[in-house]
Amino acid sequence: MATIVPFGPQHPVLPEPLHLKLVLEDEIVKEALPTLGYVHRGLETLASIRDMDQMVQIVERVCGICSCIHAHTYCMCIEGLMGIEVPQRADFLRVIWSELHRMHSHLLWLGLLADAFGMESMFMHAWRIRERVMDVMEATAGNRVIISVNKIGGVRRDMSPEQLRWVLQVVDELETELDKIKAVLTNDYSVKKRTVGVGVLTYQQAYELGAAGPQLRGSGVAQDMRMTGYGAYKYIDFAPVVEKDGDSWARTMVRFRELYQSIDIVRQLIAKIPDGEIAAKVKGKPTGEIVCRSEQPRGELMYYVRATGDKYLDRVRIRTPTFANVPPLLAMLPGCEMADVPIIALSIDPCISCTER
Amino acid sequence: MAFETMNLVKGQLSSEVLALKNKGYRFVTMTCVDLGDSFDLLYHFDLDLKLTHLRLNVAKADRVVPSISGIYFAALVIENETQDHFGITFDGLALDFGGHFYLEEEVKKFPFCKFTVNKAESAGEGA
Amino acid sequence: MGFFQDLLHTSRVKSPWLIHFDCGSCNGCDIEVLACLTPVYDVERFGILNIGNPKHADILVVSGTVNPRNAKALKNIYDQMPDPKAVIAIGACGTSGGVFREAYNVLGGVDKVIPVDVYVPGCPSKPEAIIDGVVLALEKLKKRRPEKDTEPLVADLKKAREFYENREDRQVTR
Repeated sequence: MATIVPFGPQHPVLPEPLHLKLVLEDEIVKEALPTLGYVHRGLETLASIRDMDQMVQIVERVCGICSCIHAHTYCMCIEGLMGIEVPQRADFLRVIWSELHRMHSHLLWLGLLADAFGMESMFMHAWRIRERVMDVMEATAGNRVIISVNKIGGVRRDMSPEQLRWVLQVVDELETELDKIKAVLTNDYSVKKRTVGVGVLTYQQAYELGAAGPQLRGSGVAQDMRMTGYGAYKYIDFAPVVEKDGDSWARTMVRFRELYQSIDIVRQLIAKIPDGEIAAKVKGKPTGEIVCRSEQPRGELMYYVRATGDKYLDRVRIRTPTFANVPPLLAMLPGCEMADVPIIALSIDPCISCTER
Repeated sequence: MAFETMNLVKGQLSSEVLALKNKGYRFVTMTCVDLGDSFDLLYHFDLDLKLTHLRLNVAKADRVVPSISGIYFAALVIENETQDHFGITFDGLALDFGGHFYLEEEVKKFPFCKFTVNKAESAGEGA
Repeated sequence: MGFFQDLLHTSRVKSPWLIHFDCGSCNGCDIEVLACLTPVYDVERFGILNIGNPKHADILVVSGTVNPRNAKALKNIYDQMPDPKAVIAIGACGTSGGVFREAYNVLGGVDKVIPVDVYVPGCPSKPEAIIDGVVLALEKLKKRRPEKDTEPLVADLKKAREFYENREDRQVTR
């Protein structure tokens, strides 16, 4: 006989409201049905009452965790439509802040995962390390989470050489701290017990279900939007982090290795950052349609903007990575045990405010 | 125009999407744009970091489009969202929330439309 | 019974358990609430513990705007909490709707649904501000000591709830 168990919206492992209706037979999940809409605000419609400069602040609040990357992608769209050449230094600064966001997001997620399998001390340590990144954001941009550095044509703030040197120092500290966590994470019996072989998504499934980001790379597909070379990524050497197994453990390792990758990218950026202007002049109104993509901590982010030369933009459409990762989640849940549901749900790094906007 | 699109009519949609799937494309998403008197549905597909776009124009009067969720299961999320926001009905949707994917019953209008459509009316049309 | 109730109430204020519910926040405030629990800010030094079960909780921390769907969940959680209880609205969105107040699926701040005791401003609120808000809420909680006859308190809370339910005049204009 099938039992239906509701999971969420208010659930201890989820910081955000996601509701899953789980159809169980004994302990085995047979089917999972999602209910979304708890965080739906409809902010894409705000494009019709806010002009394109104000929209930068709105899109930053699609998701507080990766706000900088949202604003960056939105600005890329408008700049593409208007043919604005962004100064090189601004591109570098945008990407430095983006990579800092990626680090704090992955550390945050690592903490939540540890919390989900009851490893309270790792949760605390991951978040303690993360605070170093938050300090950098606060010192360089004035706010901890939503840093509002992007504007159309460039960035609002510059980083002084002292600040850049300090960022390098913080990044070094981070690396030492991560090495300490790595030993615990990779050698611990209970971590492996909870994640290895749980929530398997094969290469074929991941690709066909349109998974994005670490979810896709954890299943062996080497796709990273940063490879398209937007912003300052074209000046940087890096290879996408790929794991073959497609289980929760593989996704954990993708994110953990991406932390090291981000550290490396920040070092390269700071070594190569050119001097010069940080913002170009913006004049006129955009017209036309454009699609821009970028890589968020959670995966591929896509913006579609349509403008008609009016004061307001005609349509802004945001496709966020978690939105793409919901179908793979629904495919992974059937067949797993009830006790594994929180780990599987967390292993896609769900960001519900992104998904629903 | 910042990107090229392939314009389609309704009958071609399923066969074109199936052809793209056989070529190994990954479904990225769909975008619905209200043009005032009609809708544009843009389907975005990815292959090796290159995007391909299909454009389907839907008249304001008939808002029924064949669903591609049978071909790409991933399309069901965005198709349900479009049902909520624009009142377009997708025929053969794998998991149909009936226009209440995001929105509660209290919300009577399709919020993203520039013209006003009453929900009760459209439900009648869909039936 | 007086001594026992005193003891209960003192312990409640000394070690309040809080529950966090995210309504329609952008995540910014949520992660700051969580950051409060972690070693740098460490709200546990005030005896505060984050808990997942509304029936165990004394303080409800709400971040984000209210929409028709999560309003039901929010009301449900609030009703499940035992009296006395306090509510803290976090961030610009929680207090008034913030940057989203004109979006179509947003009703406004948390006080459209449940009575709020402390408003913490900021977008997102800093952990320092959130801790300050929690401490303020504790003072309010302290004053809500249940008397021997707890009827008046319940009636009071009912009245407050009705007031908030019916206050059309202070609705944010839409």
